Amino acid sequence: MPTVEVSHIVKSYADKIVVDDLSFSVPQNEIFGLIGPNGAGKTTTIRMMMDIIKPDSGDITILGEKLTEASKNRLGYLPEERGLYRKLTVMDSIIYLASLKGMDSRSAREKADKLLNQTGMLPHGRKKIDELSKGMGQIIQFIVTIIHDPELIILDEPFLGLDPVNTELLKKLIIDLRNQGKAVVLSTHQMNQVEELCDRILMIDNGRTVLYGDPAEIKSKYRRNSVILDFEGELGQVLGVTEKHAHKGYVELVLDGNTTPKQVLERLVSTGIIINRFEVATPSLNEIFLEVAGKNYE
Amino acid sequence: MNKTLLIFRHEFLHTIKRTGFIILVLALPVLALLGIGIFHIVSGVTRPLTEVTKIGYVDKAGGFDQFTTQWNMTLVSFDTPEVATQALIKKDIGEYFIIPPDFISTGIISRYTMQRELMPSDATYAAVKNFISSNLLAEKVPTATITRVVAPLNLVTTTLTSNGTVAPEQGGFRNFIIPAIFGAMLALALVFTSTYVLQSLAEEKENRLMEILLSSVSTRQLLTGKVLGLGAAGMVQVIVWVVSIPLLLNLASSPIGGFLSTIQIPANLLVLSVVYFILGYSLFAVLSVGVAAMSSTVREAQGLASIYTLFAFAPFWSLSLLLLVPNSPIWIVFSIFPFTAPVLVMLRLGLTGIPVWQLVVSIAVLVLSIIGGLLLAVRLMRTYILMYGKRPGIGEIIRNLRVR
Repeated sequence: MPTVEVSHIVKSYADKIVVDDLSFSVPQNEIFGLIGPNGAGKTTTIRMMMDIIKPDSGDITILGEKLTEASKNRLGYLPEERGLYRKLTVMDSIIYLASLKGMDSRSAREKADKLLNQTGMLPHGRKKIDELSKGMGQIIQFIVTIIHDPELIILDEPFLGLDPVNTELLKKLIIDLRNQGKAVVLSTHQMNQVEELCDRILMIDNGRTVLYGDPAEIKSKYRRNSVILDFEGELGQVLGVTEKHAHKGYVELVLDGNTTPKQVLERLVSTGIIINRFEVATPSLNEIFLEVAGKNYE
Repeated sequence: MNKTLLIFRHEFLHTIKRTGFIILVLALPVLALLGIGIFHIVSGVTRPLTEVTKIGYVDKAGGFDQFTTQWNMTLVSFDTPEVATQALIKKDIGEYFIIPPDFISTGIISRYTMQRELMPSDATYAAVKNFISSNLLAEKVPTATITRVVAPLNLVTTTLTSNGTVAPEQGGFRNFIIPAIFGAMLALALVFTSTYVLQSLAEEKENRLMEILLSSVSTRQLLTGKVLGLGAAGMVQVIVWVVSIPLLLNLASSPIGGFLSTIQIPANLLVLSVVYFILGYSLFAVLSVGVAAMSSTVREAQGLASIYTLFAFAPFWSLSLLLLVPNSPIWIVFSIFPFTAPVLVMLRLGLTGIPVWQLVVSIAVLVLSIIGGLLLAVRLMRTYILMYGKRPGIGEIIRNLRVR
């Protein structure tokens, strides 16, 4: 049974369709990337999954049923627009929000201590939220999201505004959650994070599905039959190479349909140039998105 | 624990622990205490009643030698103004006056004092006036008549019912004071308590907490817990104020305390004040929910809310007119208008009898307004609570409410 089953959902505001016939499912033990540019409809889709807003049509089941007040306790949600009670202490904030997920104060306090310790935030437990840096606040929000041991965790732009150290910490925690058998839905417009973390992805643009599946398979499907070469020396004409695209520090060689990367490597070695790097060029998800959506997103 | 109860408990405890709330709760009794203290100091009532103030006089007209004790003042005769001035300088007397030989034809009394003042105190004026009047009539009419001339009447009014029996509530200032206090407290409580709802929701929206909360609880649970929790905090505030009244009265001077201690709080006033507090708070609270949902910041929400919270105090703006004609049609209309009804009904109860039909219509309109306001607030909340940035215009709000 999938943890999330979304079937043909549609949502429009006034005269604009924000989500248009979107379907996907997320099984347990998976990090699922919901990706797309800003304004693609990711947050609206998540809010419909969380029953915060209703779809105009289509069905959503979470943990095998329509979302109820009881099943909300089995979800963890880190929204894109996030905050905490500024005047409350870290511990009081965590305990109150955990109590709304059905935890008793004692268990919440014990678990909070454990998670604060794990994230290096234990010394800040008695501080008011106001006194924390933005990054620290985001770690606390992440703790609030997972403290009640949810089966499904939905993270909307979790890395936004985090420094590299906290980004790595968060990535490790997300991978740990997946390894514990949880389903993680990760919404982001930062496609490099998705390539690193996600088992499967749904790429949307203007509310519609653009790509759906295993990122490796998608990338393989969109491979351009080219190689990346970093070299020293004079690179002349190479048999089987139809185009050369110079980039900073490397050149991309586009191969004709009959030549394999192995054959090109052999020919390059025979020219006597010094090869520092040679690899089969795989387009990034960002490049694939630009190709598929035909838009110029940065 | 039920999630509504959790929110109720959190909102209640969080609010009553806030420094701002504690200051506000204590402010009214403390201000009243200060007022009483200032009254004591300014009016001189703090002086023991047995202390006698001495006023000197020089009788050049002759015949003013009786009735030299007027309440707590003693009038002391001096032969010449010079002797009286010396006594004044030595502070044997507080002041003195001269009754000139032609007083009967001119009525002029010359008064001398070392105090710089706008005018003589009422007590001094009354003492001198009564002394003069009593001496003028002495031995011409009986003493009882003199007493009546000095204090001509003590008007005792009895209000009758349509059956000719004595009405249970006799009206007058004595009956107005408690409803007026209740009305003022009700207005303050309505404004403060609905402001708590406004602040709480607007803060959660401004701090981007709303979506986190709505991922755990329903809109209904959130609003119910919040409105009840903050309403309970408001009730604590009112209870502290009400309980402090008798304590403050004990501290008041005997004329005030004596007068106020004779006042009874009518049962119907207590019941209606509770009813109108609950209804008034509910109306203001649901409007606060809608306003907070539309606003991006607490400050913006407070600005919008001032439009309807001003209505709570509106009856006090025209208090003089209300005292003159409490049954004017305009007051009847405003007793039914839901924003002014709670406080105005309290004030009118102290001034006049309000027909039962007016109370029924007033309460019915309030209940209907609350239901309408609640439906509107929930729609506004669902539409705007997760929208940030510029506040929507009226046209956009109406369009969005129609679409959803």
